Amino acid sequence: MTELMPAEGVFSLIWLLIALPLAGAVILLFGGRRTNAWGPYLGILTVGASAVIGILMLLGMMQNDPEQRTIGQTLFTWVFVGDFSADMAFQLDQLSIVFVLLITVVGTLIHIYSLGYMAHDPDKRKFFGYLNLFVAAMLLLVLANNYLLLYVGWEGVGLASYLLISFWQIKPSAAAAGKKAFIINRVGDVGLSLAIMLMFVTFGSVGFQDVFGVAGQASEGTLTAIGLLLLLAACGKSAQFPLQAWLLDAMEGPTPVSALIHAATMVTAGVYLIVRSNVIFTAAEWAAIAVIVVGMITIWMGAIIGSAKDDIKKSLAGSTMSQIGYMIMAAGLGPIGYVFAIFHLLMHGVFKAGLFLGAGSVMHGMNDNVNMRRYGALRPLMLITSTTFIICYLAIIGIPPFDGFFSKDDIIHASFERSPIIGVLAMLAAGLTGFYMTRMVAMTFFGKARWEDDVHPHESPKVMTIPLIILAIGATFGGLSLVYWGNIESWLEPVTGIETMELALPAWVFELTTLVLVIIGAVIGWMTYARREVPIEAPRGSWLTRAARKDLYGDAVNDVLVVQPTFYASRWLVWFDNKGVDGFVNGSAAFIGGLSGRLRHYQTGFIRSYALSMVGGAVLVVLALVLVRAS
Amino acid sequence: MSALATAVVSETETLFTAPGINYYAIAPILIIFGAAVVSVLVEAFVPRRARRPVQLVIVIGSVLAALAVVIDLRGTRLITGEGALAIDGPTLIMQGTLLIIALLAAFLMAERSIDPLGDAFAPRASALPGSEDEQEFTKRGYLQTEIWPFFLLALTGMLAFPAANDLLMMFVALEVMSLPLYLLAGMARRRRLLSQEAALKYFVLGAFSSAFFLYGVAMLYGFSGSVSLVAIADTLTAKPSEATLVAVGMAMLLVGLLFKVAAVPFHQWTPDVYQGAPTPITGFMAATVKIAAFGALLRVLYVGLGGMRWDWEPILWIIAALTMLVGSIIAITQTDIKRMLAYSSIAQAGFILIGVLAVSPAGLASALFYLIAYAFTTIGAFAVISMVRDASGEATHLSKWAGLSKKSPLVAAIFSLFMLALAGIPLTSGFVGKFGVFTAAIASGATWLVIIGVVASVIAAFFYVRVIVIMYFSDPTPDTASVVVPSAFTTIALAAAATVTIVLGIFPQPVIELVNQAGVFIR
Repeated sequence: MTELMPAEGVFSLIWLLIALPLAGAVILLFGGRRTNAWGPYLGILTVGASAVIGILMLLGMMQNDPEQRTIGQTLFTWVFVGDFSADMAFQLDQLSIVFVLLITVVGTLIHIYSLGYMAHDPDKRKFFGYLNLFVAAMLLLVLANNYLLLYVGWEGVGLASYLLISFWQIKPSAAAAGKKAFIINRVGDVGLSLAIMLMFVTFGSVGFQDVFGVAGQASEGTLTAIGLLLLLAACGKSAQFPLQAWLLDAMEGPTPVSALIHAATMVTAGVYLIVRSNVIFTAAEWAAIAVIVVGMITIWMGAIIGSAKDDIKKSLAGSTMSQIGYMIMAAGLGPIGYVFAIFHLLMHGVFKAGLFLGAGSVMHGMNDNVNMRRYGALRPLMLITSTTFIICYLAIIGIPPFDGFFSKDDIIHASFERSPIIGVLAMLAAGLTGFYMTRMVAMTFFGKARWEDDVHPHESPKVMTIPLIILAIGATFGGLSLVYWGNIESWLEPVTGIETMELALPAWVFELTTLVLVIIGAVIGWMTYARREVPIEAPRGSWLTRAARKDLYGDAVNDVLVVQPTFYASRWLVWFDNKGVDGFVNGSAAFIGGLSGRLRHYQTGFIRSYALSMVGGAVLVVLALVLVRAS
Repeated sequence: MSALATAVVSETETLFTAPGINYYAIAPILIIFGAAVVSVLVEAFVPRRARRPVQLVIVIGSVLAALAVVIDLRGTRLITGEGALAIDGPTLIMQGTLLIIALLAAFLMAERSIDPLGDAFAPRASALPGSEDEQEFTKRGYLQTEIWPFFLLALTGMLAFPAANDLLMMFVALEVMSLPLYLLAGMARRRRLLSQEAALKYFVLGAFSSAFFLYGVAMLYGFSGSVSLVAIADTLTAKPSEATLVAVGMAMLLVGLLFKVAAVPFHQWTPDVYQGAPTPITGFMAATVKIAAFGALLRVLYVGLGGMRWDWEPILWIIAALTMLVGSIIAITQTDIKRMLAYSSIAQAGFILIGVLAVSPAGLASALFYLIAYAFTTIGAFAVISMVRDASGEATHLSKWAGLSKKSPLVAAIFSLFMLALAGIPLTSGFVGKFGVFTAAIASGATWLVIIGVVASVIAAFFYVRVIVIMYFSDPTPDTASVVVPSAFTTIALAAAATVTIVLGIFPQPVIELVNQAGVFIR
């Protein structure tokens, strides 16, 4: 177990990372209309300041020896009950710093972008307040040094996500989507809370250092149970099968929210949870296999849904599910995959934020229409948006040297190392990625214009395009620099451990095969959606397309398995409550009320009757005591 | 010759020695008592105009000085005054709480901005209600300052009551505490007949209960040949045979004390007195008499009669159960807020008895915590009642509180806080208090008593929450009272009470540690 270093120098500011955006959220949300004018700028400033602190910490950490890069900061004892204690304490190590930077830097860019995107929204201040709240909660999640504090952050991001999905709650669909996300996430949250309780029962502590230090002593059954509960939590937060249904609806939220929360950061919290708990999954093999299965199912579900949706944001959401599926699957592969899961997470955070913000920029110019069948031929009109979008597109499908190539290929290698079946499935899904992303680019920027009559496409203002450019630069050089200059594998190795791969064939064989599959997928996409006419009305399509348009019947399954039984149970409970419980309660209330009315008559107001009752009481007390004494 | 002289001297020494008194240890009592004497002199010699400020300086100054001494005495454990007074952890905690509450009560009593006619007290107690004299005094704007000597004398008795280590001292303290309170109860400026009736009832019944107490003292003296609690305890272990005498004495003693804490069936004075007395006095008395009397009761039961535990426990169990249930049940149908709080205070006495009946250090500590929590909440609640008024004075009928939240959201919120605390809802001091006494009682095996306690809590929650419902979920009527903006006096008292109620609910640990460290009674 690595020793915790005391938080000195710049590291003494760990708490400030969280406190700054939290203060921003408090001021914006409680300050009321007075803060309308300068509130959004304050929001950007606080997150930006956190980003600067994060970068300084990274630089500071790089100067330390790898063994001395885990820094602990304890603020105070937070909960102290009997044997149980949890501190308000943070742990900053190589893994958390990666997340800190992703959250704060991408967060800052999206804050700036929102300034343009939300310019005309009357509730702009509230929006920035919620975004700040999200950043603070997410930072708490990745900086906590124990599971209980992590849980606070976990719930905090869930709350912020709920508030932001239903930000335009005047739309019934947005309100319903927020509620759906919240409720499905509760299922996962229950898993996390049970896991925490089980950890406390088993290990007597919920601190990372304590739990991981003694995890080996627990029985495999217990560890498997903890692992499966953690996986359930991860499925909820990261929209993995079977708790995936909320993410597509979550696209009702403003696009910057989709970019920040539902693509780059919050939905990857499940990956963080699994990688952070790697000690448990390494010791519990069946839990790890479950992780792989869940990841693989989601990769395919997401890719299929992404291929069929005409709504640009929902298609991207399907892609997000699929890409997070890759990360989850990689995290299930064991030490060999943890690093690549985080690597892909980081790269995905950059290019997917770019894609979502690009989609937002397109929508901005198309009167907020999200239907790709009414796009087309936008490239000349939106040069910056389309260029950055295409760069991020190249990154996600994994064309070298853009960053997705490095991270996704690593995952595919690792999965071949585990089993050829997993490898082949992962590789074929990469081809499908090539198809659906090409379809999106072709339908949006190329082909013929299919715009509605009153639409006048135009490029977005600089405040929106500059973040796009920065993210595109990140998507271009991020992978290269992290592999050749930053060496992410050895950076994360002290936290996650590592295993050298022994592949049956040289690595370039896999790389080339993947690339060929991707290009085949892309060509099919291009031929179908750029060269041929795209009908404005969606054709009926095959059964798979129809199923995918309905989110592969995720809602129907939920409805049959959960929603309807819940309705019936609640109806029955209401009946029981009305007839049984209320009858009893009202009956006893009536009884006690009657008793009260009767008893108060003894309060006559006459002093003689009071004295009499005292004498009576005294006689009884005397008699009782004498009798007890005599017996 | 010289030998004889020596013999005489030595004989004198053994025959008579000065009583050993640790004056510093009883300084809090002496300071307040001295202040009370000075306060009487002020009434006699200081010109009328100057009396009020002078009295206020004396009261606030002496209470703060006594409080400082109590804090300085922390950790003291000794018996002084030839065994008459025990200064130990529980005593000091109770004295400290009494002094703080007394300070808040003094603030409420000093309030002049609420009633357009002056303060809460009759301008001249001697004037007949409704007489021309009374109107004349009111018109001249007379303020009565005799309340202050009474207040200080009552406080003297309260400070001595929980410290009393022999029964004679305890009786003296009881009377010094009670007599001024009987008078204060009769001094309301408005509804004077009700107030005087309350005073008379309180006095007659109080004297009646004192007679019981004194009779019990005599019996126990007859049994043990001493009035000292320690000596009585020793005699009980030495000759446990003389059953009847002890049992009767004990019963009489308990009747006297249970009257003061308002336990059923010795409770009936409470609603009438609470309703009739001037509201600041009701708040003062509800909070402090409970502390002082429970202090004395605890000491008598734990120190003096501890050896007879198995005899008195069953009957006190029944009394505790009855007290909780009767108090809670009758409170449901009350329509006057002061009467409702009176029944509530009866029910609360039952809950505290649960802690007492644990007969363990944990029971003592939890009862102390409960008393502290209850005292602050109660005085705060009566402070609010004194502010809710209509043209005829305080609007105590519940119907006049309808929709109060719309007229004064802050005051309604604070009163709701006090109601929730009395009901024992988490995050208020009342929850921690109830949790403490219930836990202690379960640890001592009195689980069924705790079950009754929980049932009574549920019943009690109804009438506490009903006030909140009336304030928040009814629309204001033309009869709805308005909330008068008080001066700094009431504001400070109210803020302090609300703060303590919240802080003890959220961060109870320091006070829990304080009552745990108080340890057991010295003997």
